[in-house]
Amino acid sequence: MKAFAELLDRLVLTPQRNAKIRLLADYFREAGDPSRGYALAAIAGTLTLNTVKPQLIRDLLLEHMDEVLFRYSYDYVGDLAETVSLVWEPPQERVAADIPLGEVVERLQMAGRSEVRSLVRDMLDQLDTSGRFALLKLVTGGLRIGVSARLAKQALAEMGGKDVGEIETLWHGLAPPYLPLFLWLSGEADMPTLKTPAVFHSVMLSTPVGEGDLEGLDPADFAAEWKWDGIRVQLANIGGVRRLYSRSGDEISGAFPEILEAADFTGVIDGELLVGGTARSNQATGTFADLQQRLNRKTVNRKLLEDYPAFIRGYDILFSGERDIRAEPFKERRQALDTLIDAASPQHFDLSPLVPFATWEELDRLRSDPPDPVIEGVMLKRLDSPYVAGRAKGPWFKWKREPFNIDAVLMYAQRGHGKRSSYYSDFTFGVWTESDGQTVLVPVGKAYFGFTDAELEILDRFVRDNTVERFGPVRAVRAEPDAGFVVEVAFEGLNRSTRHKSGVAMRFPRIARLRADKLPRDADRLETLQAMIETKI
Amino acid sequence: MRPDNLLYPAPKGLYSEKGDFYIDPIQPVERALITHGHADHARAGHGHVLATRETLDIMRIRYGDGFCGASQVAPLGETITVNGVTVRFHPAGHVLGSAQIAVETDGTRIVVSGDYKRRPDRTCRAFEPVPCDVFITEATFGLPVFHHPDDGAEVARLLMSLRQFPERAHMVGAYALGKAQRVIALLRQQGYEEPIYIHGALAKLCEYYQNEGIDLGEIRPATLTGESRQDFAGAIVIGPPSAFADRWARRFADPLAVFASGWMLIRQRAKQRGVELPLVISDHCDWAELTGTIREIAPAEVWVTHGREEALVRWCELQGIPARPLHLVGYDDEGE
Repeated sequence: MKAFAELLDRLVLTPQRNAKIRLLADYFREAGDPSRGYALAAIAGTLTLNTVKPQLIRDLLLEHMDEVLFRYSYDYVGDLAETVSLVWEPPQERVAADIPLGEVVERLQMAGRSEVRSLVRDMLDQLDTSGRFALLKLVTGGLRIGVSARLAKQALAEMGGKDVGEIETLWHGLAPPYLPLFLWLSGEADMPTLKTPAVFHSVMLSTPVGEGDLEGLDPADFAAEWKWDGIRVQLANIGGVRRLYSRSGDEISGAFPEILEAADFTGVIDGELLVGGTARSNQATGTFADLQQRLNRKTVNRKLLEDYPAFIRGYDILFSGERDIRAEPFKERRQALDTLIDAASPQHFDLSPLVPFATWEELDRLRSDPPDPVIEGVMLKRLDSPYVAGRAKGPWFKWKREPFNIDAVLMYAQRGHGKRSSYYSDFTFGVWTESDGQTVLVPVGKAYFGFTDAELEILDRFVRDNTVERFGPVRAVRAEPDAGFVVEVAFEGLNRSTRHKSGVAMRFPRIARLRADKLPRDADRLETLQAMIETKI
Repeated sequence: MRPDNLLYPAPKGLYSEKGDFYIDPIQPVERALITHGHADHARAGHGHVLATRETLDIMRIRYGDGFCGASQVAPLGETITVNGVTVRFHPAGHVLGSAQIAVETDGTRIVVSGDYKRRPDRTCRAFEPVPCDVFITEATFGLPVFHHPDDGAEVARLLMSLRQFPERAHMVGAYALGKAQRVIALLRQQGYEEPIYIHGALAKLCEYYQNEGIDLGEIRPATLTGESRQDFAGAIVIGPPSAFADRWARRFADPLAVFASGWMLIRQRAKQRGVELPLVISDHCDWAELTGTIREIAPAEVWVTHGREEALVRWCELQGIPARPLHLVGYDDEGE
């Protein structure tokens, strides 16, 4: 438990992705089985344990502790698991001994409902402070350490010197404590073979069209289709097992029962998960904001099913029946997909239409002015491209519509994290509006990237030299019509929002350029943003 | 004499009317007795200062030669009479030169512990328990949550991180007086022999510690003249905590933020400050040591000064020891 507890402590406080991967990989290399497998499960959210209510933990503690002193302590720390881990006094005669995580998990799994209480008490007595904290987080069911399943898989890839795609392919066929996986990763066994065939296959990704990328390419070699603004998914029905996965391989079947039920064909398809209606049912496609109503849920209720019906817009096919056709060219696969979708439920599946074009200029015009607001650009796919996992440059391109731009005024700044902790690098910006007959700035968004290191130096210097007020870690900077800092903000879309004072919420805002040449009075007005929503940008 | 006639809290600090002196006053006074050199306890501008030789030296380093009108060395364990009140200084184990002050008259003795700790520390003399009628204790970490782990193991975590992230400069925030030198001494104790780089604010105090015979090994200024960022990759750089949030910290290779403080026990505190590697190393007592010290000294009464008074007072009540908070203002919680 010591090693796992130390890992958790470090992960919580480590902001850098690569540093997290290294901490995880080092742990996976050094920790033994089955502990590391259960650690992986706890982090990736695949561990099932008898959970314990916070009240029970509190009761256990108050068996020995004055309630007033507990209250002072809890008020100060603010987190129950952490408070209890710190104030817990082991009995004097205790022999301090570490319990491996594997043993902790197995004891908890074997314990009956009535035994859990005393088991938790015994283990709290034996573990040290960090160990108690890790145990309490495990049994109350909330690690919250800022590590996704995807990141954990990347650490596994790093540990074993493998490709993360291979791990994703295996992932859903394996279960905690993942012994065959670790044997393979540490070079002591071959890659595990799977009994359950409905596993995730790493998806094929595209690269953005960059300056000059299309020069010398023949439009006739490519198919174009719209890039829909939903989430990329993979739907599998192989050997009678149906599964829906997100692009990173997380299983999301539970949240979309209607899709699973309708998937009565055999095969694996790739597509965009959207809400609203399919093209075949002649209904409008829902926006990303609508789709969000259905995301990040374990289950779904009837009302959501009715208000936001989900469907898949097919892009590609990996398995036709039980046959792996990933090596066949896109053109062939597309025909197989067409046939499959034609026979599938019209309410739950449609085919992403191809966009005919003759020249890149023509496609450029189409991409800039797409026929549906839920389109964020076009995809270009070589007609002869096989389906290859990962993001190779060449076979598939994405060509997004231009981002939207406004000029806004810096209003507040906050220090960044990690590498940037000595810089003011998180910025809130605003635009002008009328309020009670006065022209004032109203915040419309926050951005913490988009600028270069050199630009960050300039922004940071401006913040330090122009602070007018401080609110804890936040600094308000000078922002008057004739004194302040204007930035050009680029963003992908705009939604109405009741949560923001301005009534608008930006998607994916970033600072595109510093406009030292402009005065704050030249910045945009809120009405400009509102008009962008009206015209369904 | 009743204890609260001998010493009582006044606006400028703890005051003895009979002796006409203050202990650690927060504003300039005619006569001050100083427990240790931290800025919130040792201020400049008093008429007359009585303190240990080391504390007087530290005040001189920090404030210059004119830090007070006149100074007098209080040798540890020697009795000095101030206007008919007997005072004696005893080691407190907090930082170099730190002392408790025992104040006595007519058979009533009050011990003002100042800030103190009970852990072994190579950089200062160990705390000495002094029997007394009233023990005045600090309560910086006066909550049952505070259990400081073994300091050697904490420093070992820093060394482990250096091995895991050899390309990053490990920037250790530590208070200039006491903590910085203790962290360096602990690193040396763990066998770390590389040069340790320090911020300019630490230079004079580190030099003073070394002149006092405390071996800190090779110390170099963390300046970049003629050196590239990469030279600090995998190095330990120690500076005052405020410096790390400042532009100074930028010159180092991919800095990894470390902070050595008792507060680092609370994860949220570490997170708020952007600390990646918290080291729980404190120059104060933790809860077990505070309560253990009160048990050991067994005073008739306990007065609690700065920190989390209410929990320690509550604990004393539960033990049947009369206790009350003094509500003294102006003392920092270890740099907060």
